Amino acid sequence: MRSTSSTHRTRTTVRTAAVVAAGALTLSLAACGGGGDKSDDSKSSSPSETAGTVTLPKLDGASLEVAAVWTGDEQKNFKTVLAEFEKRTGAKVTFVPAQDPIINFLGSKVAGGQPPDIAMLPQPGAIKQAVDKKWAKPLGADALAELQKNYSQGWQDIGKVGGKQYGVYYKAANKSLIWYNAKVFENAGAKEPKTWQELLKTAQTIYDSGVTPFNVAGADGWPLTDWFENVYLSQAGPEKYDALAQHKIKWTDPSVKEALTTLAQIWGKKAYIAGGQNGALQTEFPASVTQTFTGGDQPKGAMVYEGDFAQVNIQQTKAKVGTDAKVFPFPAVGSTSPVVSGGDAAVILKDSKAAQALATFLASPDAATIQAKLGGYLSPNKNVPDSAYPNAVQRTIAKALIAAGDDFRFDMSDQAPQSFGGTPGKGEWKDLQDFLKNPTNIAGTQAQLEKDAAAAYASGS
Amino acid sequence: MASAAAEAPGASVPPRNRKSVTGTRRTVAVLFLLPALVLLGALVVYPIGYSLVRSFGNQAGDGFAGFDNYKALFTDDGIRTALKNNVIWVIFAPTVATALGLIFAVLTERVSWGTAFKLVVFMPMAISMLASGIIFRLVYDQDPHKGVANAVWVGIHDTFVSSSAFPNAHPGRESPLKADKGGFITSTTVHTGQTVVLPLVGVAPDQMPDGAKKAVAAKAEPGKITGTTWQDFTRGKGVGKLGGVDPSELGYGGMKIEAVKDGKVVASTKAAGDGTFTLPAKADGAQLRLPAGNFKAPYNGVEWLGPSLVTPAIIGSYVWMWAGFAMVLIAAGLASVPRELLEAARVDGANEWQVFRRVTVPLLAPVLAVVAVTLMINVLKIFDLVFIIAPGSSQDDANVLALELYRKGFSEDQPGVASAISVFLLLLVIPVMLFNVRRLRREVRR
Repeated sequence: MRSTSSTHRTRTTVRTAAVVAAGALTLSLAACGGGGDKSDDSKSSSPSETAGTVTLPKLDGASLEVAAVWTGDEQKNFKTVLAEFEKRTGAKVTFVPAQDPIINFLGSKVAGGQPPDIAMLPQPGAIKQAVDKKWAKPLGADALAELQKNYSQGWQDIGKVGGKQYGVYYKAANKSLIWYNAKVFENAGAKEPKTWQELLKTAQTIYDSGVTPFNVAGADGWPLTDWFENVYLSQAGPEKYDALAQHKIKWTDPSVKEALTTLAQIWGKKAYIAGGQNGALQTEFPASVTQTFTGGDQPKGAMVYEGDFAQVNIQQTKAKVGTDAKVFPFPAVGSTSPVVSGGDAAVILKDSKAAQALATFLASPDAATIQAKLGGYLSPNKNVPDSAYPNAVQRTIAKALIAAGDDFRFDMSDQAPQSFGGTPGKGEWKDLQDFLKNPTNIAGTQAQLEKDAAAAYASGS
Repeated sequence: MASAAAEAPGASVPPRNRKSVTGTRRTVAVLFLLPALVLLGALVVYPIGYSLVRSFGNQAGDGFAGFDNYKALFTDDGIRTALKNNVIWVIFAPTVATALGLIFAVLTERVSWGTAFKLVVFMPMAISMLASGIIFRLVYDQDPHKGVANAVWVGIHDTFVSSSAFPNAHPGRESPLKADKGGFITSTTVHTGQTVVLPLVGVAPDQMPDGAKKAVAAKAEPGKITGTTWQDFTRGKGVGKLGGVDPSELGYGGMKIEAVKDGKVVASTKAAGDGTFTLPAKADGAQLRLPAGNFKAPYNGVEWLGPSLVTPAIIGSYVWMWAGFAMVLIAAGLASVPRELLEAARVDGANEWQVFRRVTVPLLAPVLAVVAVTLMINVLKIFDLVFIIAPGSSQDDANVLALELYRKGFSEDQPGVASAISVFLLLLVIPVMLFNVRRLRREVRR
């Protein structure tokens, strides 16, 4: 699965978001209108608020291209950040909209001799690929200094290849969250669970109150891989997680069996999943979120698991994030709660003074603060003030991410070869869908996962 | 294809003179042809040639892979499913679309508002594949409130089979009930003069029957068994008093209760609106059962986009789009069928079916063949409908060659295998194309 909200959206826009097109279109149009005003405001007000923590050279006459897969408000907000950079340096920055997978998009750009100066890469694997193909250029001294000042070691390390720093993680995603319908919890007298056992108890309480506890987006494979990753990270621990991500241990490992068994405590109960397993397999991610927050106090399911980007889908309903739609961190299955994250890293593809300056700017809290204020954005930058986030929910999510320090882990399927961890109807996506369909078949699922993983890791694609 | 087919049946082309009228020299002719040839070469011949070369290359494109990619074509499970589905598509989609087109064309000829009807049937052709894919994604939605296919199906089903009043009801914690044959049964036997509690949880408030009233604890009556069955759940408070009736809890009015002795039902009753019930003395010493009929889950309709039905469902949407196309071509063919033949057959005493079967269809056969073959070519490369309609979980089951080509080439980074698939597709199209070209030539000669 892919790491950021944007990539999720781009993949789903084509098929599913489009399905709800009629209603969503009017909504998003309205949203765009509002967003435009907002960004104009901040453009005029931001210099006075943010001038200062980073010094940038004068770059009059220089021009830069930045490629990213972001669309909609996300793109608009990022352009606001770029505008600030233009204002401070005098350089001209053009945003180049890219398609997923961005590494293929860059491939054609590089082959055409016109690579963008900076690209936003969504996975550590993509950075490594860009380095292997000799596209990426290492960060200069200024950018490096800024990065080390603002980022925890873990976030620096995943931007490194062969000991050299290439990537600046500009945007992060917290994928260890469970969103819930506050009214249902209130009616059922349920509390936010802290551990897996409490989660199961909460689920039962909600089921007793007459509401199905979970919406599971089984039609898309990636939310299922995220479910698994959270359980596995918390239960088997970070070391095993890393080993499995690199396929150093096999999927037939007992720890995988344990994680699947744990998952089956929810996935295996037809009554716990909206529509049963077969219904879940027909539910796309956007629908899984919206049906949690529509239908008053009788939604199709009370909770939905996914990252912070689920807010985008919640905004399509009448529910208000923070009052109707609340969130709790993924409960601890083992000793500690998992923090699975994703993110987009800025990587320089054409080395120049201007490109280095932009990388420095993106590593600074100034840039992140501007976008944080506009909403729908999380920064792994630890020096971004909490007050920069527009609401309490966003603040909680950001805090949890920063508080994890170096204990967070990057999305496992994003680290895997694409044919295993990132293709609809293939590899891990398909195998976990089959597992959702038949949750008693743990050994068979493991064998199939191992078979697919072995093939994908061997060919390296 | 379309225009060729449309002209095919009657249009006569004047015999062409082999020698140039103006006496243009060969070189000049070549000069004028050059732009077209260059374009054709760059846009058609070169890509085909390069795909052919690439299909023998390895994944990175810098080495020779021999026939490995073609081997993958016939060993990979995904491609095999795609192949199988393509065969289903090629057989069914053109046949059904042509048959429907024929029926529409023949019928619309005889009604006064035929043109209006044709217009409506043809309209889906004006919608892009992508848009109609999205439309049918909604039509086939599992949720009867969203998908019209399931709404109709569930509507029909529910007219004949009534659904139960208490789906999802189940015993709460430390319940006196245990599961039995889809229903629930008391673990102990009951006796006269006793009051029995049958608490359950899990019925959504909006699904409670309309007659449900606040539950009341039953009073003991000598010589009879009394009791209450109710929703042991208070909003915002959980179960409240476990196994006891709390003030705002609702009774299960209409719940069936059976007294079972040695596996036989000795007495049965229905709970009143407040959940109370009374059983006669002969139920003494029996276990009380809430039979499965109370708890049947509501019918959820057909899984149109599940693994088994997804391909027929998508073919259905294709037929919706292309039946209009077939109809228009066949109607054009029909217009050129000499009326006298039909009249003659009728005068000879043939009934309408015989006229249709023995005169119209044979006369239309060339048109029908052209339509079917055109659709076949079209179906071989089907991609968008499958890509959009099939949800991720059944995309594998709905897979077709063109989709597999896309997946291999663009999301799995296997351009070699993807090229092999494209070459294979080309090979499949060639015989059909030859057939069409030959037809065309014959028409021209006529």
